[in-house]
Amino acid sequence: MTPQWFGRSAGRRREGADLVVVGAGVVGAASAYFACLAGLRVVVVERGAIAGGTSSAGEGNLLVSDKEAGPELDLALYSQRVWREDLAEHAPLWEFEAKGGLVVAASEPSVAALRELGDHQRRHGVEVRDVGRDELRDYEPHLSPRLAGAAFYPQDAQVQPMLVVAHLLRLARGLGAEVRTRTEVTGFLRDGDRVTGVRTTGGDIPAGAVLNAAGTWAGAVAGLAGVRVPVLPRRGFVLVTQPMPPRTIRHKVYAAEYVGDVASSDAGLQTSPVVEGTDSGTILIGASRERVGFDRTVSVEAISALAAKAIALFPMLREVRAMRTYLGFRPYCPDHLPVIGPDPRAPGLWHACGHEGAGIGLSAGTGKLVAQALTGRAPDLDLKPFAPDRFPDAAPDTEEVPQ
Amino acid sequence: MTRTHDVAVVGAGPAGLAAAVEAAEAGLDVALVDGAAQPGGQYWRHYDERHARPDDRAGHHGWPVFTGLRERLRTARAAGRIRYLPGRQVYLVTRDEAGTFTLRTTPSGAVGTPESISASGAVGTPESTSASGAGEAAKTFAASSPSGASAPDAAGQVTARALILCTGGYDRQLPVPGWDLPGVMTAGGVQALLKGHRVLAGRRAVVAGTGPFLLPVATGLARAGASVEAVAEANGTLGWLRDPVGAASVPGKAVEAAQYAALMARHRIPYRTRTVVTRILGQDRVEAVRISRVDRDGRPAGPVKEIAADLVALGWGFTPSLELALMLGADTRKDVDGSLVVAVDGFQRSSVEGVYVAGEATGVGGAVLATQEGRLSALALARSLGRPAVPGLMGRLRAAIGRGRRFAAAMHRTYPVPSAWTEWLEERTLVCRCEEVSYGDLRRAHTDLCAHDPRTLKMLARPGMGWCQGRVCGFATAGIAACLNRRETTAEDLRPLSTRSLAAPVTLGELAALDRSRTSPDDPHHDQ
Repeated sequence: MTPQWFGRSAGRRREGADLVVVGAGVVGAASAYFACLAGLRVVVVERGAIAGGTSSAGEGNLLVSDKEAGPELDLALYSQRVWREDLAEHAPLWEFEAKGGLVVAASEPSVAALRELGDHQRRHGVEVRDVGRDELRDYEPHLSPRLAGAAFYPQDAQVQPMLVVAHLLRLARGLGAEVRTRTEVTGFLRDGDRVTGVRTTGGDIPAGAVLNAAGTWAGAVAGLAGVRVPVLPRRGFVLVTQPMPPRTIRHKVYAAEYVGDVASSDAGLQTSPVVEGTDSGTILIGASRERVGFDRTVSVEAISALAAKAIALFPMLREVRAMRTYLGFRPYCPDHLPVIGPDPRAPGLWHACGHEGAGIGLSAGTGKLVAQALTGRAPDLDLKPFAPDRFPDAAPDTEEVPQ
Repeated sequence: MTRTHDVAVVGAGPAGLAAAVEAAEAGLDVALVDGAAQPGGQYWRHYDERHARPDDRAGHHGWPVFTGLRERLRTARAAGRIRYLPGRQVYLVTRDEAGTFTLRTTPSGAVGTPESISASGAVGTPESTSASGAGEAAKTFAASSPSGASAPDAAGQVTARALILCTGGYDRQLPVPGWDLPGVMTAGGVQALLKGHRVLAGRRAVVAGTGPFLLPVATGLARAGASVEAVAEANGTLGWLRDPVGAASVPGKAVEAAQYAALMARHRIPYRTRTVVTRILGQDRVEAVRISRVDRDGRPAGPVKEIAADLVALGWGFTPSLELALMLGADTRKDVDGSLVVAVDGFQRSSVEGVYVAGEATGVGGAVLATQEGRLSALALARSLGRPAVPGLMGRLRAAIGRGRRFAAAMHRTYPVPSAWTEWLEERTLVCRCEEVSYGDLRRAHTDLCAHDPRTLKMLARPGMGWCQGRVCGFATAGIAACLNRRETTAEDLRPLSTRSLAAPVTLGELAALDRSRTSPDDPHHDQ
């Protein structure tokens, strides 16, 4: 479906816009930036502050290593190119670091499984280097000597996600976009079925199209338009250590035992150790996941498990102090794929949400694809697997939480 | 098996000591957790009791009150009614569905922890200050385990059915060009060195900021042998003495002020009102300060003068420690002095069921008021548990607390942080010293990156993200954010900078030991 119904001329209305982006998180910011580059007049509305939701609660990883073949890996590889090519000149602004990911295995069977996964990923465009037991310390001097082997993924990279959001929005503003924070969407302007803008706490904004980039809260925004997009919160904690000397931990390091598992939909607490350094010297330790709605109370169980598993990878961390923890709510859909594209149930409404724990990495590709589709071009990647209406209409979904 | 106490009191300063002994004497089973190795808090900080000297009480107000409380603590401990846990910092507090609170503690005193930052009084990162001697002292101090202390349960855990939080406060700091030079300390830090370690931090001192607390610091330095070149008071004269509400509320305070005035005169300390330090000068350490007369809002408006000095003690009032109350979700408000404080009712109850708060955390008001609030909180808790009350006692305490609060408010109105203080800043002035964030960095994040509120400012420019977690720069960052938005600081500005997910740094090893029993399925997806 080519949205012929708007072009640059539609934006000449004084109060209107070609595109209203709902949500100033990383996906909204990337979409706004690429839409501006494509010549659209963009207004971003955000009910809180920029990067105030899940974008400020992650670790800023751009990963291919944890993905098996399929639409998410395709989007991750495409995003890699956007980060490294389209956005290359801005990379230092958001501390882009092509540090690579090291997936470590504790036992010989795990190493074997890791090799198998690596072969599978190589066939789909992922660069993988096998790392033997005796090379482990060359990659990470502080790794536990008990580990059996690893795989190195040079494409894995890291950014500071809040800076990504802030600078993409700054660049978008330089291209004419307007960013309205503290402005909450309360409803949609409609012309029959068609969405023709948003109602907000700061007044109506007519628009040729509206992009729902509200992250974990996107289900509620979709609900205002009368359509169902089953985005649910999946809570995660991250531990932050005291600043350490540079290159104490050089790559993103995580354990292989978890890679081969199927994406879980278990509501209970799950933790897998993900350990990495940052520009500021702190070490970030993720990642727990549990489905507890929007509960913001600290989980002793989760942070304790994260600490224990990080120590298992890096014994020297035992004596290192945690300074703080933070938590966030990943926006996830039942099939663990994001929702990207126009919504045929409400013409004029588009979605770019539900990226679960991969939103920072996938945001760049998502933004560029959305901008292509919005301006009537064929997107570089088929958006069909991410179609907003792919979910059954009234699935018995007991876990949707009031926003 | 963990013993669940009737109440856990956090902090053994004036409020916490009073609360703990009062609760124990009312028949409650009490745990008293404190970061220091011996009771007294910052106010009654004193030399190691095992090496006491006759002049320990010099410079202490209400010393007999303290020794009385300390004696009652001994008695209650001997009777098994107070379990005293010194040298431990609470880093996490949780409340289960049944309403039972669990405090998780870590041994305090590791060099560079917030406790030792406040103890050394150094306003920046430990290694960047001249107070390394104090850091060493703190280490020695902490390494010597206090005799007779009760051991906490495995993993340093304490459980209780109610909490009385008496977490006190610490020096409030405002950045000024040059404040990161060695030789610049907090007024409270200078005093802590004198009281706790008998260390004189410099020979030629300038004491600056606002409020009556500058006087005991200046006279303490003079008595210890330093030459105090000036006390620079940003506000007017001792106006509260003439404040009908203030002076009449607590007559004893007028006597105290007169005593300090006499001491200032005896040591010939120049007291300059409407004067601020606008710049601290020096190459590798403090060599001089530049002081300037200011108008009512703190704008430089008069002759500038340079004074040679090797020690600058800065005090802008106090910032209450609210980590534990905020962790439990207690309601807060902005107090007259601009600090975020816990909102409590007439019985020291916070908005969280079972959580009482007393002392500076409910509003900076001094030790006498803190002691009264500590007592009242314990009595109110005891009464709610059906213990008999002494007729009339709570009423008298509440009346005294009312008078104390009115007096404190009058003081805060007389000695406000000057509203135009951000005008002293230069682009390169560091605001957050842990992360080396300058005023210019904050301004750019505000203008270029839409960082309009303090939380976003913190995420994008990193003030408060370092070792002290915003304890030093939080108030200033909130003030700068408000100023850049051309409005006054609000409680909403202060809250994100007062909230800390961990109330103290804790080793990953300790965290890992919290929950050894659990095993769970693992998961392939990783956060990005």
